[in-house]
Amino acid sequence: MTPFDWLFDGLLGITMLWLGLRAVSGTVLLSNILSFIGLGMLMALAWVRLSAPDVALAEAALGSGVTGALLLAAFNRLQSDKHSQGKHHDKE
Amino acid sequence: MTKSDPVRLISVVLTLLAVAVIGLLLAWAVFTLPEQAVGLSSMVSDRMPESGVNAEVTAILLNFRSYDTLLELVVLLVALLGAWYLGKMHLSPEDTKPGLVLEGLVRFLVPVMILVTGYILWLGSHAAGGAFQAGALLAGAGVLMLVVSREKLPLRDSIQLRILLVAGPAVFTLVAGALVLVDKPMLQYPRQYAGSLILLIEAASTLTIGITLTLLFAGGRPHRGD
Repeated sequence: MTPFDWLFDGLLGITMLWLGLRAVSGTVLLSNILSFIGLGMLMALAWVRLSAPDVALAEAALGSGVTGALLLAAFNRLQSDKHSQGKHHDKE
Repeated sequence: MTKSDPVRLISVVLTLLAVAVIGLLLAWAVFTLPEQAVGLSSMVSDRMPESGVNAEVTAILLNFRSYDTLLELVVLLVALLGAWYLGKMHLSPEDTKPGLVLEGLVRFLVPVMILVTGYILWLGSHAAGGAFQAGALLAGAGVLMLVVSREKLPLRDSIQLRILLVAGPAVFTLVAGALVLVDKPMLQYPRQYAGSLILLIEAASTLTIGITLTLLFAGGRPHRGD
């Protein structure tokens, strides 16, 4: 391991911890989801660093990509539900 | 936040305590790991010639532990059935027409993604890759089309769609059943056909995974149509 490797892995680990924290804390749902997607991408990178490319591919495609898309779709639906509910109340 | 200060303080202290305990346990687990993990890797590499593929992970997923993978595919199907049961597909109406650039990009990207799907599927036999990754990529193409040019990907609850949804587990089960019929243990592929059987199962599974994940993104059951 060269010093550059240490630096890279250290930064990667710290950033992942920070993103993980951001994904579960805070009140802005969209920013939590985006942090989660970013965390997934970095986790794929971490798997590559651990020389497990299979897990990295699965993490990037499923853990980050598909789950992220599902979360965003759910978020979108929540927003539109809130929207239509608001309109409903206005009519009343 | 309406919590009073003492309650807040106690919850913070409790959280920190839990984090500290779990952290200590994890550190203890890491430091007591054996120097050289034994595991099953030598067993797997001894049996690689029998598996029909050159990638360890694919050999484990599709040959040595193929029963688990079959059940995983069924789990995916059950998840989709659960989502369908909860309600009809309801995509939010498009508020704005996608721009020309976005539409052009998707028109260019989707065929490339389908091509890469095939490549990753093929790659599974000798390097990192395989059905799940390829299927996820296919689903990515499907989601892109759903978001940008929905009318080009009409999702209708038809017999063809349902066949695609069960193709993976069905082919897998058929292979298992056929092996039983020729007096082999279930899912123990004959050596000379192992590679082709694995590719067949993975190809069907890729289609199923791609379609299933796209439909999960779309939400509930699509409307009927033929």
